[in-house]
Amino acid sequence: MIFLAALLAAPIASAQTISPADPATASPARVDAAIAATFAGAAVAWMPRVTQDETQRLCSLRRNEPTQAEADSIVARESATLVMPAETTVLGNWRNGEKIAQNGQGGQFSDAPGTVSGGNCYACHQMAPAEISYGTLGPTLAGYGRLHDFKPEAARAAYAKVYNPQSAFACSSMPRFGHNKILTEQQIKDIVAYLFAPDSPVNAP
Amino acid sequence: MRHLLLIAMPLFALLLGAAAPAMEDSEKEIERYRAMIDDPMANPGYLAVDRGEQIWSLSRGTKSATLEACDLGQGPGVLDGAYARMPRYFADADQVMDLEQRLAYCMRSLQGLDLKDIVARRFGSPGKTSDMEDLVAFISNKSQGHKLAAPLAHPKEREMYAIGEAMFYRRSAINDFACATCHGEDGRRIRLQALPNLTRPSLQVQQVMGTWPAYRVSQSQTRTMQHRLWDCYRQMRMPPPDYLSEGLTALSVFLAHNGEGATINAPSIKR
Ligand code: HEC
Ligand code: HEC
Repeated sequence: MIFLAALLAAPIASAQTISPADPATASPARVDAAIAATFAGAAVAWMPRVTQDETQRLCSLRRNEPTQAEADSIVARESATLVMPAETTVLGNWRNGEKIAQNGQGGQFSDAPGTVSGGNCYACHQMAPAEISYGTLGPTLAGYGRLHDFKPEAARAAYAKVYNPQSAFACSSMPRFGHNKILTEQQIKDIVAYLFAPDSPVNAP
Repeated sequence: MRHLLLIAMPLFALLLGAAAPAMEDSEKEIERYRAMIDDPMANPGYLAVDRGEQIWSLSRGTKSATLEACDLGQGPGVLDGAYARMPRYFADADQVMDLEQRLAYCMRSLQGLDLKDIVARRFGSPGKTSDMEDLVAFISNKSQGHKLAAPLAHPKEREMYAIGEAMFYRRSAINDFACATCHGEDGRRIRLQALPNLTRPSLQVQQVMGTWPAYRVSQSQTRTMQHRLWDCYRQMRMPPPDYLSEGLTALSVFLAHNGEGATINAPSIKR
């Protein structure tokens, strides 16, 4: 219905055939040149953000739908980056974890130098059922620990997921918080406690 | 102006209505807010339109000339409908340009104007207006009621579309975000902010692209697409993109075609 309306709304006079997929019109090198021109004025310290690592390159090229072989290679590469805490418990302080999950600051060119980055989990996930300001780019995490029977292995898997989501799922939309040094080990532990502590608001009925 | 809005609103309502069963309370709240601020009689963007009109006919630069002979694609000085047909290829510059790039070109070539101050004031702030934002408000308003139809015939226009599309899906920086991360699916939100799906032609994209420039209530300024993209790159944890750079025009070309057929209502008013 919406699609039909969109078709009807399209002006007939200017209807042209768009063939964006024609590789001759913008090679990867041409796109890179446009990117370089667009960020030519960026400070040197920021330039590593403009270039891509192999995982970013492949996920961009495949629009997050890599072939099975590519997905396997991404998961293998990203898994190799995992740095898990030495001790068996990965649960920190859920009260700190809640603050980190709420905090969307950090990493932006508008931030004051030295701003501590948050995890900004609420931008994408529902977590504590009582918090109504949550985004829907990711699945709900309400009751996450309870639904996983508070199992230590599940908490460790969550730690790995936050450290590097692509160690579990190639081309995930979720940031690689540990791998890209957005969050420290202690911050990730605190967030995992927010998901897994029985008395955390996330696990409130 | 009000009647245009009355046409636009039912279309938007239709779009939202179709998604109604899945719509949550918070989304209804967002819609209520949008309707509330979408009152054209209370749009300060029209102050920018008036200022822009004066800047257009202001003699300045080493040539003491006005901008009135500037060719925005429809012939020297022709403003009606020009914005609705941009970005486009300009043979004299051998380049695809959006309105701001074109204005900068005319300021240099017709007026001999030093762009340093213009660029320094590219984004207005309290007590400091932006000539570019004012000019874009004035000129876009001359396309009021026109249908968005940026040309896509010249090889360079097609190349820019392809670059824009590739950039839309390009993931980078510490959060691995691409435009598509936030604007890749229908009905998504970041916190409580509804995110338009900008990936392909739709009424949603028409609604977005027909309503820039916009007076941003949250910033008390009239903003252009150059600023919107700058702000999205900020959220992507990228460095600030250069003003008037090629990539921003490429993204605008891609977005303009996904919003093709939109009725221009500019300047609009947005959160
Ligand atoms: C930009 C969006 C985004 C942000 C920010 C984000 N996530 Fe995610 N997350 C996702 C998406 C999308 C998925 C589903 C795909 C996947 O599993 O990788 C996901 C999946 C998960 C999962 C696995 C859920 C399952 O099915 O078991 C966990 C746990 C998780 N996120 C935790 C977090 C935490 C904690 C944070 C903050 C530190 C966070 N996420 C920030 C988008 C995001
Ligand atoms: C991290 C999330 C995020 C990313 C990544 C992102 N945007 Fe946005 N975008 C937003 C938000 C939030 C808004 C504001 C929505 C609102 O005000 O309702 C927005 C608004 C917009 C709008 C205006 C929508 C309207 O209603 O008028 C456009 C156009 C846009 N983005 C394009 C882009 C492009 C192009 C890119 C990539 C260069 C991009 N965005 C990347 C979050 C993002």
